[in-house]
Amino acid sequence: MGEKVLMKGNEAVAASAVRAGCRYYFGYPITPQTEVAAYMSKIMPKIGGTFLQAESEIAAINMLYGAGAAGARAMTSSSSPGISLKGEGISYMAGADLPGVILNVERGGPGLGSIQPSQQDYWQATRAMGHGDSRHIVYAPNTVQEMADLVYLAFDKADEYLMPVVLLADGLLGQMMEPVELPPEKTEFPEKPWATTGHHNKRPHNVANSLYLQADKLEAKLRERYARYEQIEKTEQRSEAFMVDDADIVVVAFGASARIARSAVVSARAQGIKAGLLRPITLWPFPNDSLEATVPQAKAYLSVEMNMGQMVDDVRLAVHDAHPVRFYGRTGGVIPAPGEVLDAIAKLAQEVGA
Amino acid sequence: MADKEPRIVFQRPKSLLPVQMHYCPGCPHGIVHRLIGEAIDKMGIEGTTVGVAPVGCAVMAYDYFACDMIEAAHGRAPAVATAVKRVHPENIVFSYQGDGDLASIGMAETVHAATRGENITVIFYNNAIYGMTGGQMAPTSLPHQVTQTSPYGRDVHTAGYPIRVCELLKDLDGVAYLERVTVDTPSHVRKAKRAIQKAFTYQQEKRGYTLIEIVGTCSTNWGMTPLESMDWMRENMLPYYPLGVYKDIVAEGYENIHEAAKDRAKNVPIVMQEAN
Repeated sequence: MGEKVLMKGNEAVAASAVRAGCRYYFGYPITPQTEVAAYMSKIMPKIGGTFLQAESEIAAINMLYGAGAAGARAMTSSSSPGISLKGEGISYMAGADLPGVILNVERGGPGLGSIQPSQQDYWQATRAMGHGDSRHIVYAPNTVQEMADLVYLAFDKADEYLMPVVLLADGLLGQMMEPVELPPEKTEFPEKPWATTGHHNKRPHNVANSLYLQADKLEAKLRERYARYEQIEKTEQRSEAFMVDDADIVVVAFGASARIARSAVVSARAQGIKAGLLRPITLWPFPNDSLEATVPQAKAYLSVEMNMGQMVDDVRLAVHDAHPVRFYGRTGGVIPAPGEVLDAIAKLAQEVGA
Repeated sequence: MADKEPRIVFQRPKSLLPVQMHYCPGCPHGIVHRLIGEAIDKMGIEGTTVGVAPVGCAVMAYDYFACDMIEAAHGRAPAVATAVKRVHPENIVFSYQGDGDLASIGMAETVHAATRGENITVIFYNNAIYGMTGGQMAPTSLPHQVTQTSPYGRDVHTAGYPIRVCELLKDLDGVAYLERVTVDTPSHVRKAKRAIQKAFTYQQEKRGYTLIEIVGTCSTNWGMTPLESMDWMRENMLPYYPLGVYKDIVAEGYENIHEAAKDRAKNVPIVMQEAN
């Protein structure tokens, strides 16, 4: 067992990324994720890596595109308004099949919004990080330990599937401190024969590109990419079930709101309500399989989110019309209290006679 | 003397792929591509060169150069090139950009790559118009120049003034070498070739950021024959965008941008501190 250290979520992400082999970090300051940049600016010069404070989030994501093309393990981080600016580069990375890791420590929106934690970028992260048909694996940690573990995994998955991988956290997870055991320093990395490293007169030139002027060629490329996405949907779903086996009321929550929902589930059980929590760890691919598995037992679903109701759409898609699917959330940077969630569970239990 | 060995005096540079380019007849992009290819061949650096193509007429340059190539988003080539160079500092990295790409949508990336002193070479083709999208006003379109989006001529009261890129960048400490050239005559072509080679050489010598601006034409969107467009360029563009060297830190007596920058700020105590 490694040593446990007390760290902020943002610092744990940075420390773990370095251990995953990340040697290039490009970022632009924004609350509440600036500790990532601060950590990277301290460590990178000491390990022969590059920390570069870009002139904008747009430049930072295009640097990630370049570093990914050049074959490096690289990451960028930002918070909601900055992530919107990164949409351009993320789309180009998807279109050129380039790996890279993007951390979003969400804050309230839309616009400048607030600087408090939110989960209002669920749709953006899972549906439309950029223009065009594209998918990105989205991990949703809910502890500082998971911040470290999932960013570590994200680098491997980005290289394996040649795609940008997103870590969707929030200001709560980024700012809070918890004990964390950092993963080991990675020493073996996949070969990247496609990278634009200079051909050294040993192979034809490599090209990183997302442009296909002939529509049928672009369509064929997209179908090929979607076959890969289909494979990811089959093999990369991750979730955690808590007291779900006999649950009448299945609460679905991710990230910080899953921590609160878990307390509410425990309280509901104490009141005799058979509640359980299903926590998606991958938001794309959404854990449809584990959610579908609850359908024969469950009577109703409650999606608990720190937004106006976004993931609830995916819960409905997974459950179809089998049972009622309800939503409870606070938004704009307001964190729901366990009591509020408990009330919502109790109300739903009464409605469906659970 | 009758048995004299045949000697090749002219051929396609090896670092240009044997493919047909898509440029309009009379377009100087092909000349500029060739000059880059000749520089790469002469320096023997095809295997260690990575080019970054823009969005605009040269968007498909990744199909023309035999070195590794990356297609960047519109205006972002300097950011992409920055990362490519940081990952492989031993490689020669160049971007190829037009006026809309470099001086409009990509101006932030241009200025910041320059001021960071990124050891890259930017090949900037300035023909005062957006070619690929069909002839709209560019950041370098001249006052009164008629384009699709300045149909009554560029009105400086509403559209403002053109940007002179070399003049704008020359005061940035990260810049090692800036030269504005054109390719309308054999002697100008030779001068342009020397400038491009010098920029690549400075990069090899790790002197700092280098940019070569090529003042060119767009006969298609200017609505002229290629020869008329060359005349129009000489009459209107060259007086507005004078040819010449705008910065050359080596000619000024410095090894690299850091020496030059330090000298310039020698009365500023914090600048003169030893690095931690």
